[in-house]
Amino acid sequence: MNTTTLLFDVFAAVLLGAAFGVITARSTVHAALYLVLAFFSAACVWMLLKAEFLAIALVLVYVGAVMVLFLFVVMMLDINTDSMRFNFWRHFPLAGLVGALIALEMTLVLRGGFDLSLAKPFSAAELKLGNTKQLGVELYTNYLYPLQLAAVLLLVAIIAAIALTLRERKDSRHVDASQQVRAKKADRVRLVKMAPVVDDAPEKT
Amino acid sequence: MSGTLTLSHFLSLGAILFSLSVIGIFLNRRNLIVLLMAIELMLLAVNLNFIAFSHYLGDMDGQVFVFFILTVAAAESAIGLAILVVLFRSRESINVQDLDRLKG
Repeated sequence: MNTTTLLFDVFAAVLLGAAFGVITARSTVHAALYLVLAFFSAACVWMLLKAEFLAIALVLVYVGAVMVLFLFVVMMLDINTDSMRFNFWRHFPLAGLVGALIALEMTLVLRGGFDLSLAKPFSAAELKLGNTKQLGVELYTNYLYPLQLAAVLLLVAIIAAIALTLRERKDSRHVDASQQVRAKKADRVRLVKMAPVVDDAPEKT
Repeated sequence: MSGTLTLSHFLSLGAILFSLSVIGIFLNRRNLIVLLMAIELMLLAVNLNFIAFSHYLGDMDGQVFVFFILTVAAAESAIGLAILVVLFRSRESINVQDLDRLKG
């Protein structure tokens, strides 16, 4: 057993343990923290596969951004987890059956093995280029159009998330510029014709 | 487990992770936030398979695909959590069983 295999075993065990923690944690905050651990150990496994850029991106994007978002939302909402955990394990037999079936089916497919003899591993020149540069070259030549689409998708996500959660405060005193511009003299000043009122007996002081 | 790492090591890890998150969806059928987390775990398992194949087949396309999946997953969780916040404001609950306004 060499070092890499040992490392893989450790990372895989931590990853599966953390995944188990996510689905069974009593409080949602704990589930989010277990998810951080799961993402981090997955990044370590990806590192073993020499996908350095994606491993770092996973840590930055998920552990750094998405999980903070999750934690924010979890802490912002006042959730009663006890009522949700009522009868928590009731569906476990069915869930375990489905899970085991999925794992079994995948094993059946994967047992046959893939013919890796036809695959050509990365050449020495490609390896010398490095994972990040290889990925960049691929992205900006063959996948330029999908990359732009992904950027547009992120923009749509930003606008959608803001538009969904934005709400106007009732007590805010802001100026509506369009309403101001549309104001006319007639709206503001009203000239009234009326008979003059004359005081017959002015007060003597 | 002994010897060198093979493709099936990573594929088995991905398969177990995927079925764990399926079980998680069954168990946490009431808590919407944990459901979202289980979906994130599923995507992680899929990404693991992509990267394993990319490494063993010597093809960068798998990693490019993972890049795009990460983008879509980030957008998905952002919008999902935004919907969750709006939902909580209107229903005071994120229990899936309370979400019956569409009478499904």
